[in-house]
Amino acid sequence: MEVWSNVFSLALFTATIRSATPILFPALAGIFSERSGVLNIALEGIMLISAFAAVVGSYYTNNAWLGVLCAVIAGVLTSLIHAFMCINLRADQAIVGTGINILGAGLPSFLLLKLFGSQGISPIVERIHEWRIPILADIPVIGPILGEQSPLVYISLVMVPVSYFVLFKTPFGLRLRSVGENPHASETVGVSVFRFRYLGVIISGVLAALGGAFLSVSYLAQFVKLMTAGRGFIGLAAMIFGRWNPWGALFACLLFGFADALQAAAQASNVPIAPQFLRMLPYVLTIIALVGAMGRANPPAFVAKPYEKA
Amino acid sequence: MYLEMKNIVRRFPGVLANDHICLEIEKGEIHGLLGENGAGKTTLMNVLCGLARPDEGEILIDGMKVEFGNCLDAIKCGIGMVHQHFMLVPVFTVTENFILGNEPRKGARIDTARAREMVLELSEKHGLKVDPDALIKDISVGMQQRVEILKALSRGAELMILDEPTAVLTPQEVEDLYRIMRSLQEAGHTIIFITHKLQEIKEITDRVTVLRDGRVVGIVRTKDVEQVELARMMVGRDVVLRVEKDQHAPGEVMMSVKDLRANDSRGLTKLKDITFDVRAGEIVGIAGVAGNGQEELVEVLTGLRKQESGSITLDMQDISQLNPRERMYAGLAHIPQDRQRRGLVMNFSLVDNFLLGYEDLKPFARGPMLDYREAEKFASKLIKMFDVRTPGSQILARTLSGGNQQKAILAREFQRDPKLLIAAQPTRGLDVAAIEFIHNELIKFRDQDKAVLLISMELTEILDLSDRILVIYEGEIVGEFKSGQATPEQLGLLMAGSKKGQM
Repeated sequence: MEVWSNVFSLALFTATIRSATPILFPALAGIFSERSGVLNIALEGIMLISAFAAVVGSYYTNNAWLGVLCAVIAGVLTSLIHAFMCINLRADQAIVGTGINILGAGLPSFLLLKLFGSQGISPIVERIHEWRIPILADIPVIGPILGEQSPLVYISLVMVPVSYFVLFKTPFGLRLRSVGENPHASETVGVSVFRFRYLGVIISGVLAALGGAFLSVSYLAQFVKLMTAGRGFIGLAAMIFGRWNPWGALFACLLFGFADALQAAAQASNVPIAPQFLRMLPYVLTIIALVGAMGRANPPAFVAKPYEKA
Repeated sequence: MYLEMKNIVRRFPGVLANDHICLEIEKGEIHGLLGENGAGKTTLMNVLCGLARPDEGEILIDGMKVEFGNCLDAIKCGIGMVHQHFMLVPVFTVTENFILGNEPRKGARIDTARAREMVLELSEKHGLKVDPDALIKDISVGMQQRVEILKALSRGAELMILDEPTAVLTPQEVEDLYRIMRSLQEAGHTIIFITHKLQEIKEITDRVTVLRDGRVVGIVRTKDVEQVELARMMVGRDVVLRVEKDQHAPGEVMMSVKDLRANDSRGLTKLKDITFDVRAGEIVGIAGVAGNGQEELVEVLTGLRKQESGSITLDMQDISQLNPRERMYAGLAHIPQDRQRRGLVMNFSLVDNFLLGYEDLKPFARGPMLDYREAEKFASKLIKMFDVRTPGSQILARTLSGGNQQKAILAREFQRDPKLLIAAQPTRGLDVAAIEFIHNELIKFRDQDKAVLLISMELTEILDLSDRILVIYEGEIVGEFKSGQATPEQLGLLMAGSKKGQM
């Protein structure tokens, strides 16, 4: 009994928020891309490339924020490849995404060897430290959970209402969603399908990059081979579970984050369950969530369908 | 002269869709654009509304040359188009569709209150009632069309292009549309009305330009020509506009459907205890607006969907528990509504398509092998009998025209020597010549004392062919008429859901 009470502490919820962040970024990224009609299963790869870029930037400048900037640039460049293949060349979007994921797994490992002469991990670099939010941190219960987190955690949380506002309250959002639901209709009222799909994919690249950077220069202070461990895909699952809505995605990410934090805490407290099973928890939850959500989920009608002008 | 299109050429790989087309539209007229499928009407209009660029030729408005790089350019010149497939986002509200691309703003956000007002103002001004808050997917096709017209008006359309606007409407909705068109004309708008239905041209247009094979074959004042003449121009030969069919006395009951109940894929009840018979030597037509259970009815009868309750007998045999293949063997043949999805395998050759349903029968199946020599013989026989226009039997089904695809399906199904044929929308999207052919085949089949169940959204088709007409509305048979007893108006009202007693 005592081991379990060690597991369920305030620290568990602090960890939940921290675990949710690298899923929330790709979930929001997926929403922007798919709402514009471009399937983006490349998020995992984009995150890996960005995570590596962040470490490289931080290593050479000794400034973690410049590392984040490098990550964003890398994320945008990678997503531009995705956009060009999917939008201009009208390639199969699932295959392009898979290609980028393979690139994302291979390229950082290769550069790791070239730049740092290492097989699996980079040197320790400057990282982004947690911020203590003055008044918030002093509130009981909420303070320990939300009051002292990485600024990237706060950015991810702020991005939820911002994304919601942009997508559902602004002309930009209406147009972006229209090209994902019926691009032919958009074209006839002078809304450029190409432009808005590019914008959707680029925003998606920026958000995924922030997720990657969080892992490598905030959560940790180094790059570890394949360090995303499927978070890009779990983010996509959260997007589906949250029905392509930022608030829904946040809820799903907190759920997955909780599962992740729970398994880590349980392992640390020597709960009498084999660690292999504990580590499965977030992934099993992903599968259950997807199976449950799949039937009812309504993806944007033109997602994964290339648009061809008349 | 208000609008002139001069020598417009538009090529697609292997096809000359518009071959030096000239079109002149006068201010304030309703101008008909008549032609068969593939005559180049839609291509020409896509050029006019900025969706496609012409390879050659020019467009003049009030004598000034204009060039359209995209739809916005055309809109700015006062050209608005209501496309055949509505350009609406189904999951958006009427208002959202209305403002898309032209959103009123309040700071960074959309001014939703103002947007809603804009819709209401314009709908009031033109007497076109719409619900600004309804989702497009929840409103009728007629309503969707109104939204499209309002959308065009809100962007200042002087010239309104209506691309086959009547194809999806009930007779009452068509009347409504005519009313709208006339009031727009009175308000000074010019309308280009695209159709392949002669009667509509006669009814509403002032002048008409006829297209055939991408060329202009005639420009006439509507009141100066007869329908037959228009038909000849459109098809290039004499056509029989009315289906010729003799009286034929129906025989024994061939198919009997009793208390049939079925759900759609979402579990909603789509057939509510339907009961009817089809006799030998009889064509029974089922009239109705799309989505009232016709699709489910065909699926349940052919065994593609399970019924909840009720029975189906074919020639005294209960077939309600049989699978589709067994029903086929029992004497049921089926021309599916969507020929490209269920009728043919588009990436199969004609031979392979003909083999479907025969592939395990002699003489085509020899042990585990297919005998392609027999199959080829069979294919050439069918191609000849049904006049399928194809370079050969190895041609992929997808490369054939719609009419020839449909002939191929008909050939294959008739070859089974069925007792009853279910024909779902057998002429949808086909041109006049192919329609004529298919109608004649259906009547010939009936005259051999076979039964036909015809499901169609085209009221004229139902009226022309059926010996008996049933009207389906929300999964129920709401009316039954003998041939000649029903007027289109009566049927239209029933199709739209008003009960017989209220007529």
